[in-house]
Amino acid sequence: MTPNAPIEVQAGSYVGFDTITRQIEHKLLKRGFQFNVMVVGQTGLGKSTLINTLFASHLVESKGRIEPEAVSPSTTEIHAQSHIISENGVKLKLNIIDTPGYGDLINNEGCWDPIIKHIKDQHSAYLRKELTAMRDRYIPDTRVHCCLFFINPTGHTLKPIDIVVLKKLTDVVNVVPVIAKADSMTLEERALFKERIMAELQHHQVRLYPFDAEENDDEELQLNQRIRSMLPFAVVGSERNVVIDGKSVRGRKNRWGVINVEDERHCEFVYLRNFLTRTHLQDLIETTAQIHYETFRSKQLLALKESSAKQQQQSAPA
Amino acid sequence: MQYQQQQPQPVEDGLGTSGGTSGVNGHSGTQPVNPINRKKLASWVGFSNLPNQVHRRSMRRGFNFTAMVVGESGLGKSTLINTLFETKLYEPKQIPAPGVDRGRTVQIESISADIEENGVRLKLTVVDTPGFGDFVNNDESWRPIVDNIEARFDAYLEQENRVNRLKLVDNRVHACIYFIQPTGHSLKPIDIEFMRRLHTKVNLIPVIAKADTLTEEEVVLSKRRVLADIAHHGIRIFQPPQYENEDEETIQENEEIISKVPFAVVGSDNIVRSPNGREVRGRAYPWGVIEVDNEEHCDFVKLRQMLVRTHMEELREHTNDILYENYRTDKLKAMGVSQDESVFKETNPAAKQAEERALHEAKLAKMEAEMKMVFQQKVQEKEQKLKQSEEELYARHREMKEALEKQRLDLEDKKRRVESGRPLTPEKGTKKRFGIGK
Repeated sequence: MTPNAPIEVQAGSYVGFDTITRQIEHKLLKRGFQFNVMVVGQTGLGKSTLINTLFASHLVESKGRIEPEAVSPSTTEIHAQSHIISENGVKLKLNIIDTPGYGDLINNEGCWDPIIKHIKDQHSAYLRKELTAMRDRYIPDTRVHCCLFFINPTGHTLKPIDIVVLKKLTDVVNVVPVIAKADSMTLEERALFKERIMAELQHHQVRLYPFDAEENDDEELQLNQRIRSMLPFAVVGSERNVVIDGKSVRGRKNRWGVINVEDERHCEFVYLRNFLTRTHLQDLIETTAQIHYETFRSKQLLALKESSAKQQQQSAPA
Repeated sequence: MQYQQQQPQPVEDGLGTSGGTSGVNGHSGTQPVNPINRKKLASWVGFSNLPNQVHRRSMRRGFNFTAMVVGESGLGKSTLINTLFETKLYEPKQIPAPGVDRGRTVQIESISADIEENGVRLKLTVVDTPGFGDFVNNDESWRPIVDNIEARFDAYLEQENRVNRLKLVDNRVHACIYFIQPTGHSLKPIDIEFMRRLHTKVNLIPVIAKADTLTEEEVVLSKRRVLADIAHHGIRIFQPPQYENEDEETIQENEEIISKVPFAVVGSDNIVRSPNGREVRGRAYPWGVIEVDNEEHCDFVKLRQMLVRTHMEELREHTNDILYENYRTDKLKAMGVSQDESVFKETNPAAKQAEERALHEAKLAKMEAEMKMVFQQKVQEKEQKLKQSEEELYARHREMKEALEKQRLDLEDKKRRVESGRPLTPEKGTKKRFGIGK
């Protein structure tokens, strides 16, 4: 017997259950939020600097090779750094996962495997915690919510390794492509480059975040559309301040000009930051849980069922 | 050549050196040292016109220069070449449509152009290496490049060994400009590997490409790190050589150039309007305009100076005198050609050949004799063996025959006895047993 659709009623007088939003907020404020972001890209593209610029704090050190005797790191050294930043009483637990050594070797075959494995391991750990009989109250969420993919500003098109890795990454995590060091391209070159990248990605059927869901209302759909038209973001990062018109802003100073990181006419850092932190932060976390994690989970459980069915079959005749 | 002079004069000349007089007395070759004898001219002879003669001859012949550009795609190689020689040698690149297979190996493409300036003709060849560093697996991506350079050396070597050497065409690579990504860190593994493989075969000029992304301090840091890496791996990049008798200005210029290596360059073949209204070659950004020809903005001017204005001839000389000679020596040694000290021995090539042939034939004959002997030996051995087995066979045959005879007699005896009616041991039957052995 199918249940009847709920009928909408107007209450007679003010009840007061609309304060549930504040109650939830109160609870959540106590708990704090967790956000895990991964950066993928060749050495020297400014990944660490961009993270530091995004969150306006010195969180990661640049991992470039500086001494000639030092050895280039390999991607097997993926680890996460945890930080807690707080703003207006809201605590954000930030996990930054860096991937040094990606794409730096002469032979880069399989350099993306450790990265994919790491992402899947986080899903796997969460699944295991979920399935145990005695679960923790709040399972610590180490799943990667967002992956910033840094594209080399060549001005031509994507490199073969980028295409391969993007295809693999978009299957398991929300990927936001970013054009690094965008101050090496003029505005026309930038527009052309973006066009070519999007054409290439469409050709390979790579699904980029943000995804559209049915429950999004018009405003959200429009916002998503705008974001999608701007992808990939052409950004410039800087931790140092320069003086422009008497004001001290973050930027880069050359002999022939000064770039203001927060100026929309110079680069798209502001859009990226708003997108990541001001509009889509919650959505990123949710999408990871609802789409990527669910896909992983169903695949795992199906595989488990199959393997246990097979085991039963094998043990039955014997 | 010894110069005999009757009156050794104390030499004081405008050059300021006091040369020792060579007190010669007709002996040849016994003095260990020939002091330089500088003479002052009484009147104008005219050989100071020699450079002009060389100049005229070179102008007639024209010059030729081959440069190779190596680097990952998108670093601005084609643009830089266009900027250096102020000609659109390279058309804007055609980007392949998405999904088109871009091949797996590094290609070598060369473009030639004849350009002329003030009556001087230059045949410029630029060798491009598309695909270098662009694949997922870049192992051995330097190999096609090294093979190409060596092939050019080989071609020149062959030309030198020809009977008619009047028209020597020099296709050897005189300079290789290597483009480094402006990461701000040190060199990448592929950069180091490539430079290690090529620094003995070609004049390496490393440049930091797209230097407009780097701030001043980053440029300085970057250069320092790159040089440290290069020194650490023992890579020899092209250094403009210093000569003693150059004038102050040239020496200073040289020093300036050397201090800026590796050059941080920006290329542009477009004209833009700078903030103070001038039309310059450069790139226009929302935050400023970078001028390619401005020394304060980038090192392009120094690169052009070194490559084109002052050291083009040095590069060619270095390629010819040192790099090519080293290659030739190694190659000939590998082929087994040894240095023949007695250069003017009276060798009659025909006699030498006959001698060689005789030697060769003797060798062959010896081998033949040896083989025959071995053959004989083997034949003998085999014969012996066969004889032995033959004898054995005979012996056995005889034995068996005797045995048979005996059996037969036995049987006949028994037959007679049976016929005569006498019972004997159980009937054996008249089966003649021919069992040879059991």
